Amino acid sequence: MTQAEIGDFFLTDALAPAHSAPPRASTRVRRRPRWGRGAILLIVALYFIVPIYAALDFSLQNIQGQFSFSPLTQITAQPGFASAVGLSFRLSIVTLVIEMLLMVPTVIYVHLRLPRFRRVMEVITILPIVIPPIVLILGVLQAARPYQWISSSPYLLAAVYVVLAMPFVYRSLDSGLGALDLKILVEASRSLGAGWIATMWRVLIPNLRSALLSASVLTLALVFGEFTMAQLDLWTTVPVWIYNSSSTNPHVVTAVAMMFLIAMWLVLTIIVSLDRTHRRAKG
Amino acid sequence: MAFTSSLDTAPSLRGVEGRAISSRGSYLRTLRTVAPVLPFLIYVIIGLGIPTYIIATLAFQTRSGQLTMHNIKVITSGGQYLLGFETSLKLAFVTALIPGVVGTVIAYAIAQSNHELFKRIVAAASGVLANFGGVNLAFMFVASLGPAGIATEWLARVNLNPYNHGWTLYKFTGVALVYMYFQVPLMVLVITPALNGLREQWREAAANLGASKWQYWRHVGLPVLTPPVLGSMFLLFGSGFSAYATTEALTGGTIALTPIQIGSILQGNVISGQENVGYALGLGMIVILLLSVVGYALLQRRTSRWLRP
Repeated sequence: MTQAEIGDFFLTDALAPAHSAPPRASTRVRRRPRWGRGAILLIVALYFIVPIYAALDFSLQNIQGQFSFSPLTQITAQPGFASAVGLSFRLSIVTLVIEMLLMVPTVIYVHLRLPRFRRVMEVITILPIVIPPIVLILGVLQAARPYQWISSSPYLLAAVYVVLAMPFVYRSLDSGLGALDLKILVEASRSLGAGWIATMWRVLIPNLRSALLSASVLTLALVFGEFTMAQLDLWTTVPVWIYNSSSTNPHVVTAVAMMFLIAMWLVLTIIVSLDRTHRRAKG
Repeated sequence: MAFTSSLDTAPSLRGVEGRAISSRGSYLRTLRTVAPVLPFLIYVIIGLGIPTYIIATLAFQTRSGQLTMHNIKVITSGGQYLLGFETSLKLAFVTALIPGVVGTVIAYAIAQSNHELFKRIVAAASGVLANFGGVNLAFMFVASLGPAGIATEWLARVNLNPYNHGWTLYKFTGVALVYMYFQVPLMVLVITPALNGLREQWREAAANLGASKWQYWRHVGLPVLTPPVLGSMFLLFGSGFSAYATTEALTGGTIALTPIQIGSILQGNVISGQENVGYALGLGMIVILLLSVVGYALLQRRTSRWLRP
């Protein structure tokens, strides 16, 4: 998952309302199947499925190479695993809290009052892509060096993950807000006597639920998958643990890697379908 | 967004700010309007601006802080660092071109498909796989195409064991093959909106005017799709160029790519007198990526004319 580099924020595109399920598909007449297309899709499907199959197969073997569920039962007993999960978990919570406190009010305000600033936000939030994690951490470690309290803390990573997550959190919020009739919602709420905080908390945030949900999950996926910065800042998060212990018990480590893949897949599928039903309910 | 701009004049929302404008100068007014954005701006300056500034300045300094062009000379005058850039650029180019074409074909096949469930599965799969680089991906490929992998075993059974023909997962073509695993889904994600923008009416109009299928593609489809496809390839290029984790986990850092070299310098593997070369390498990467993002943005702008939803 460490292709935080660029990959992540386009996921929000896939989840964003504007791009899903073009309505014209239903009006189209069914065509006869075409062999050329079928062959291409088959080769591509094999390319994507074989490694998953191989890894699953490998993760369900014991040391002798026989089929066994023992790697799964051994996961929690692995030295260092619990503390790696704990660290990744704490980092993800801290990242998420800072990210949301920083981005949600800012993006709402920009949509309401400073529409011209949206261009600036777009440019700024594409910058974490121009500066790859490996280069950014180089500068961050150097910048933090004089300040012992932050350079020796794992939460330095969380602070940088906030920057890494910005591109897709911004896009997700931006498209979520674009789909709302923000002006009417705010005016209605304000004329009923609600203050700004009440408007935000009780009107806007509930309306942004699916955008916030997908942004949060992507942030969590990013923190749990980020390897580059954690390795170079010498903190054993889950991916670093996987990397370090791959030689001691490869089967167990592959099992952990596959569990994260499957978990992410499940969560994303659930979110996509939640988003769909939510919109259908709205009409 | 029409509603956001009309909001500025909405009387019910003027409130306190409105009065402040009339009594004080426009300077204060600007400050007031911009103030809520400041936390974000300050965070970006500290988290992104200062580190970048440090990289850019240290690239031109010696360890003791004197100005020098030495670091730049070291990376541009041949040797392992120039080779690193060359290999990285080649890798980024290959893993932008092939997945760019393959991804477009797949996205087109999906956009034309009538199976709603199939579409949904592929969309979710692309989202997951585009983000599935790094350590986990490396393990998956070792388990399948490593020397003892399952697919290697299958190929060996039909006498096609790639390791008997000089191929290995841990060199350039192997790494490129692994990169495509996240590059193809990334292409599917970014190009799908453009393909959905190819309107059915255009095809019908072309057919009504007597155009063949080939003529439709030659005069309508390809000209409309070329900018977004090229733009997305720039993005893939950036993704491939800056990837570190996948290669590091796969090869343990034995292949000479610029990100790997930066990581290795950060971990202390550096010749004395060249400590700041890492910053010059970082600066070089930023410049190259900046160019590719500008390319993406320019092409994206050209595209948006056609692709209004």
